[in-house]
Amino acid sequence: MSALRNYLNRIKPQFEQGGKLHAFHSVFDGMETFLYTPRTTSAPSGAVHIHDSIDSKRTMIIVVCALMPCFFFGMYNTGYQHMLALGQTSASFWSLLLYGFLTVLPRVVTAYIVGLGIEFTFAQIKKEEIQEGFLVTGILVPMICPPEIPLWMLAVAVAFSVIFVKEVFGGTGYNVLNVALVTRAFLFFAYPAQMSGDKVYVASGTPFGMGEHLPDGFAGATPLGQIATQSGPVLDIVGVNGAPVDTWQAFLGLIPGSFGETSTLCILIGAAILLAFGIASWRIIVSVVAGGLLMGWIANMCATPLYPASFLTSLDQLLFGGFAFAAVFMATDPVTAARTNTGKYIYGFLIGVIAVIIRTYNNGYPEGAMLAVLLMNCFAPLIDYCVVQANMRRRTARLTVKN
Amino acid sequence: MKLKLKKGLTLNLAGGLPDTVSVQEVFPALYAIAPDDFPGTAFKPVVKEGDSVAVGSPLMFSKNNPELKIVSPVNGTVKAIVRGARRKIINIILEKGDVKVSTPALPEVVDANTAREFLANSGMLALFRKRPYDIVPMPDEEIRDIFISAFDSAPLAASEKYISSLFSMSDYQAGIDVLCKLTSGKIYLSHRKELNFDSLNGVEKVCVEGPYPSSNAGVQIANIKPVNKGETVWTLSLETLGRIGRLILKGEYNFETMVAVTGPEVENPSVVKTIIGAQVEPLLKDRIAQATHHQRIISGNVLVGSAVSLQDFLRYPYRQITVIAEGDDRDEFMGWASVAPSKMSESRSVPGHFLKRLFAPDARLNGGRRAMIMSGEYDRVIPLDILPEYLIKAILSKNIEDMEKLGIYEVAPEDFAAAEYVDTSKLPLQQIVRDGLDYLRKELE
Repeated sequence: MSALRNYLNRIKPQFEQGGKLHAFHSVFDGMETFLYTPRTTSAPSGAVHIHDSIDSKRTMIIVVCALMPCFFFGMYNTGYQHMLALGQTSASFWSLLLYGFLTVLPRVVTAYIVGLGIEFTFAQIKKEEIQEGFLVTGILVPMICPPEIPLWMLAVAVAFSVIFVKEVFGGTGYNVLNVALVTRAFLFFAYPAQMSGDKVYVASGTPFGMGEHLPDGFAGATPLGQIATQSGPVLDIVGVNGAPVDTWQAFLGLIPGSFGETSTLCILIGAAILLAFGIASWRIIVSVVAGGLLMGWIANMCATPLYPASFLTSLDQLLFGGFAFAAVFMATDPVTAARTNTGKYIYGFLIGVIAVIIRTYNNGYPEGAMLAVLLMNCFAPLIDYCVVQANMRRRTARLTVKN
Repeated sequence: MKLKLKKGLTLNLAGGLPDTVSVQEVFPALYAIAPDDFPGTAFKPVVKEGDSVAVGSPLMFSKNNPELKIVSPVNGTVKAIVRGARRKIINIILEKGDVKVSTPALPEVVDANTAREFLANSGMLALFRKRPYDIVPMPDEEIRDIFISAFDSAPLAASEKYISSLFSMSDYQAGIDVLCKLTSGKIYLSHRKELNFDSLNGVEKVCVEGPYPSSNAGVQIANIKPVNKGETVWTLSLETLGRIGRLILKGEYNFETMVAVTGPEVENPSVVKTIIGAQVEPLLKDRIAQATHHQRIISGNVLVGSAVSLQDFLRYPYRQITVIAEGDDRDEFMGWASVAPSKMSESRSVPGHFLKRLFAPDARLNGGRRAMIMSGEYDRVIPLDILPEYLIKAILSKNIEDMEKLGIYEVAPEDFAAAEYVDTSKLPLQQIVRDGLDYLRKELE
């Protein structure tokens, strides 16, 4: 280890003011603080002398770890859906995983290169440390997009949201909207053909020679996509091979969908990690689920052929689409969520309700979790404002009682 | 009256005091009084280098109100008046010795006015703090209530048994009798259940349960009777109460204090009886661990206090010396990912959180400074009905109206120490609150 430390010490002067590599100071600093805990110590007075061992890096990496079950399942499912569409049921587990890996790898690399590149540049311009926020965003983005989203679109969307949603507001911690979700929303509205329809959610390409091109006629619509075109009361949801999809398969996640969002099981594992480590707010997760269940139940009670998704039971509402993923990984982003405890309940509950309302009562959008979270991101400051006002009023009331 | 606080911070630090420890007396030759430890007003010296001073004779007086004085804690001579930039006084160093000068006479306490005059002239009032602003009070203020804290919940602090042993119940009673003259409100005395003050009259006794920061005056006031805009509450320690009583009863100044010398870098943690402003080195002699790495000596505890050198002096109002490793000479490979059991944390993501063991943290930030990212972290360790994040944001944006509405009058920087420790973003919360209070006072007064 000391060899690495010595090497860093040796090259450090080049990155400092006046050094010939000063333009990459933020990159060096980012690497150095990643490899070695900074020696910076507490101020001599007016501050605490010891600090908790947790820091922003650890927090963010735990979120990335919590995403890993979904990520690996996404790799498997991408291969599985591809082979299922081909009718090849004999493919081995590893070849399915490899197919998915080769499909997603370029997306992950693109997201990280573009996003981190912008972060590094801004850190250098602002002479600040590199913030870790994009570590999570960079892995989230490919997971909430169709598996084969074109790389250039992804790059444009990531660049747009990192710059205009995060950096112009001041960087990590200051953004109003969830960066990963804006990336998805940007893609959804700018390139609707690549983000919706019954073809995009099953990988059809041959990354690095793996798999075969899918025939043009295959039908790979997501369950929610299929429901939107039906009239109920019995919904007919089939997999890409034409066989019916049961609740168990939906829970496991063996259905077409965005790369990492299909498996409710893996999302639950992720949720368990986040909650066990105390990183995500259980208040938000619980209230999103409660809101979704309640609105799903109401919709189901008043089911009408006009809105076919209303025939889904409230449990199915949670299993299909991106609802569970949004509840665990999107709604809980501490920066864009409500920050007061009371606010978190309201914020989460409304996300659950609105997500189901959008997907049920707007046939144009089969899925509403993304828009619900983004909408509530906008309202989170307002919710907090009301909670803060209540605290202020308590204090003012105390004063007037006295007078 | 009982007060049960749940929120707070329990730090399992190495180098704590054993259950019973014999108190050793250490009275060094040198003492110093730093005006910075008495915030809120500028002080002017009344002594020159070489002057003889008796215990209780004034060293400095307040520019705003010359009645308010800081007095000498010992008999001796003024060795030096140390000045910093723009001739600001850093401290006045005193050398202990026998002198032939006497302490100025004090008025007899018969009513509120003489009581105030007595406290200000005897230097006792300088040992008080007030809410709002957490500064030294002025003698002529109208006071709603007075709060006395008879215990210390800070990490590694000496127990109430030692803190209360300097003075007797009759001293405390005499002190309370003086304070009773100052206000028509109540006098609260908060204590742990281990020690009762049943024999004292004229005071509302509050038995406090709960972890750090339950001994903070701000925490107790906010949970018993919060400070509103326009109200003033004075706070003092049990020691200061005893000093007042002793002075009234016997005409004797006593600036002795019990100092807990503890910390992971201290070899045999102990309680030392000494005098306010004593030089650090004699107190640490044979106690500080010999080490090749850098050490940080804190006058105070690991959460609130000032780093000092061996040649420096005890700072007021701290009753602890804590020695920890500095850590600026350590290389830790990927410390953020470490699962080492020696890592101390309030986060469940760190294995050490679940271990029943003692920790020896160093002074490193353990991360870089970030914007406020995680929410709800501060709330868990601040037992006040305030919204800490919003108050901090109001201070940072210098929004006076919001600061007032969010309860800035109720808090002191020390109330945010626990939050500053747990903060993932490593924000300097105590400094932010201090700056906020100073800004508010400058704008409003």
